[in-house]
Amino acid sequence: MRSQQAMALNNDGYLAPEHFDQVFSSHGTIMIFFMAMPFLTGLINIVVPQQIGARDVAFPFMNSISLWLTAAGAALVMVSLVIGKFSTAGWTGYPPYSGAEYSPGVGVDYWIWALLVSGVGSTMTGINFVVTIIKCRAPKMRLMQMPLFTWTTLCTSLLMAFAFPALTVVAAMLGLDRILGFHFFTNDSGGNMMNYANLIWIWGHPEVYILILPAFGVFSEVVATFSQKRLFGYKSLVYATAVITVLSFSVWLHHFFTMGSSPNVNAVFGIVTMIIAVPTGVKIFDWVFTMYKGRIIFHPAMLFTIGFLVTFVLGGVSGVLLAIPPADFLMHNSTFLVAHFHNVLIPGAVFGYFAGFQYWFPKATGFKLDEKWGARSFWFWIIGFYLAFMPLYALGFMGMSRRMERYDVAEWQPFLIVAAVGALSVLIGIVCQGMQLYVSIRDREKNRDITGDPYNGRTLEWQTASPPAEYNFAKIPDIQDIDAFWDMKQRGVAYAPAKEYEDIHLPRNTGIGVFLGGLGFLIGFAVTWYIWWLVALGFLGVLACLITRSSQDHTYQIILQPKSRPMKRLVSRHWRKRNQHRGISGHEHIQP
Amino acid sequence: MKHFISKPCLRGITLLGLLLVLAGCGLQTSPVADPKGPIAIIERDLLYTAFFIMLIVVIPVYFMVFWFIWRYRAKGGTGEYKPEWHKSTIIEVFVWSIPAAIIITLGYLVWTYSYKLDPYKKIATPENTINVQVVAQDWKWLFIYPDLGIASVNELAFPVDKAVSMKLTSDTVMNSLLIPALGGQIYAMAGMTSELNLKANETGRFRGRNTQYSGDGFAMQFFDAVAMTEEEFQDWVANAKAQSKPLSTVTYDQLAQPSIAHGVEYFSWVKPGLFEEILKKYARRPETTLRRHAPATTQPACEGDTPC
Repeated sequence: MRSQQAMALNNDGYLAPEHFDQVFSSHGTIMIFFMAMPFLTGLINIVVPQQIGARDVAFPFMNSISLWLTAAGAALVMVSLVIGKFSTAGWTGYPPYSGAEYSPGVGVDYWIWALLVSGVGSTMTGINFVVTIIKCRAPKMRLMQMPLFTWTTLCTSLLMAFAFPALTVVAAMLGLDRILGFHFFTNDSGGNMMNYANLIWIWGHPEVYILILPAFGVFSEVVATFSQKRLFGYKSLVYATAVITVLSFSVWLHHFFTMGSSPNVNAVFGIVTMIIAVPTGVKIFDWVFTMYKGRIIFHPAMLFTIGFLVTFVLGGVSGVLLAIPPADFLMHNSTFLVAHFHNVLIPGAVFGYFAGFQYWFPKATGFKLDEKWGARSFWFWIIGFYLAFMPLYALGFMGMSRRMERYDVAEWQPFLIVAAVGALSVLIGIVCQGMQLYVSIRDREKNRDITGDPYNGRTLEWQTASPPAEYNFAKIPDIQDIDAFWDMKQRGVAYAPAKEYEDIHLPRNTGIGVFLGGLGFLIGFAVTWYIWWLVALGFLGVLACLITRSSQDHTYQIILQPKSRPMKRLVSRHWRKRNQHRGISGHEHIQP
Repeated sequence: MKHFISKPCLRGITLLGLLLVLAGCGLQTSPVADPKGPIAIIERDLLYTAFFIMLIVVIPVYFMVFWFIWRYRAKGGTGEYKPEWHKSTIIEVFVWSIPAAIIITLGYLVWTYSYKLDPYKKIATPENTINVQVVAQDWKWLFIYPDLGIASVNELAFPVDKAVSMKLTSDTVMNSLLIPALGGQIYAMAGMTSELNLKANETGRFRGRNTQYSGDGFAMQFFDAVAMTEEEFQDWVANAKAQSKPLSTVTYDQLAQPSIAHGVEYFSWVKPGLFEEILKKYARRPETTLRRHAPATTQPACEGDTPC
């Protein structure tokens, strides 16, 4: 996209407008829905059950459906690149442009159905993790002892459960407009696009925090672990997260101050938006003070965290500037805005996910990532980021709007060239990540994490083996502190075998989620192309799946303890290995 | 792991410095940094004020981040190590109250300036105001001067000492009108009107454009806002009247057909009530606006040419 803009002074560049529009629309859609959402949900799935000492999520079957519905939505976007075309209406799909009158063809329908199908999945994920965190914690873990990542997941899940239905509704209404000729958002017959703007941002703004809060959780874990120090201001961080969660539902109007609302409406939404900056600022300070009097190790996860701290502050400043309605009048829809939200989402969300990826990779796979390539990717990312987006702030001042595939102002071009160089640097960063993965897999035997606790971790997920057993914990841990595992190591009980083990109750594997995802894809595809018999068939299939599932009696399996020998052997071998590796007997941790 | 930091860090700093120099040159003359109208000047000053107030938090954060990662690095750091230190009431009070104080200050600014710079607010007396009805089309702007009975496409002319009071609607998808050098921005939506009041302090041509993505011709949907002297404006009006090109329902429908990078065009006569007709195409009650009452005040936002 950036290279197109770098070249397109007074000419067509290499992309026709039609293509450029599809590119920016699918870029937004893919990044938000099919990069960020699955990435954060994946981290949550791997980490949260282990952090709270649970063996599984509350509704494993629903979890599987969520996953496959998301995959179905992503598949719809991918298919649109080959069969037909994708939407040109941007990732928010504002009507009336996205209505049937101005955007005929299948593009917007693909977009709607990708959102609908995956949106249902996200709603279910939200419900699932709220229940998991509230009901499935280890019995002794109090709410104010939950690790920060679990807290932010709880808040994110609440937001998902409440915000995503709004997206589903608004996408469905737009679908009705397009397919059945309704007039919710059309120009004529009483339709009103202002309602769409309101509805989509009632989902859209909480969505921003859905993306960012889990990353805040990751930073909290990473900064404490790699500063080798207890997290500063745990309570502040929890309350700040909660405040952000609540306020995120009351700021959506700042996305359209320029719609002509009266000054008191604009001012109220502007001020509420700014108030969010307070808890966010507090969080930044708490992380900074966690580093104070620590022993900082520059693991790639920590590098991404520091990169986040430094860069996100700028995004926050530009955010507050945009929250001033009269200032927003100058900047709305300009590249300043584009720079702002990339400046928040790349450090705030993407760096967070990368940090989480670097941090928890050994937990999920059993071997560590190569740190050299991790650091290289970080440097290319951060330098690329500044080069790519700082010029956009300037271009916003120079009056450049977003989503322009050509322009005739010569002064803009140097900035756009710098931005394109930045994008290239980010690309090299991504290649480095690929290299990191390749090198790490190649040397996996050397990097194997046999202790389950490669960084001298603080929270419970480091107590399990890497990768964890199917049941996570052979014995549900006994929690007495916020940094539960650290505390156990201090008390010398972290690796002590339990006196007795109980039977473990686990869900049986099932393939029905895959079928449901496949059917979701089929229905979306069929509606997009108006193949009504296939739609009917799809819904029949869903019904069949649900009936099959409901009539299954044995959805659970029991892993017998302690009588079953293989299990016991496995457990004790696991501990032996740890102790060998550390060259300790398990009592050494008593000394502080 | 020190070697990961130093070299690329230096490289990054050099590049960033270069970038800043580059940005500084282009920015000085940019329409937002160097505005030509009273509204835009206040909007810009507000932007700068807020930015500088926020530096109160930003600078310490930067300072502390770099100082701490240097002092407390695991390899070679000289700071003391207190692994259990995690609470400090004094710090907590500071980190909550300072951002809060800043936001209260900014909140006050937001409240007062939202009223002061309300785009609907008239900024001059009626005799010192040029009324313009603006219609967004695919992909051009039509400016109707109802009091003068003329119209122009992609050129908004007005005398420099008078305010422009625009009433906007759209004959297509949602558009958004912005003239960065004069300030303000407002959506134009079919079947509805919105309002924008602007003024220029000096003569000149200022680029204005649609900022809301609207399809293939979007990128080239810009126009010139021309602030001219009173005599020049009279000439401009006379020139438009001499075109003998009337804007009737028929010619309007031709004009409303999608066209990309439409040139400047003048109409010598405009059918009375055309703007209302365009509104009525989409709404039975055309006066549907987001507001029931436009602000009654005719108090100018600023007296004279100095920003308030």
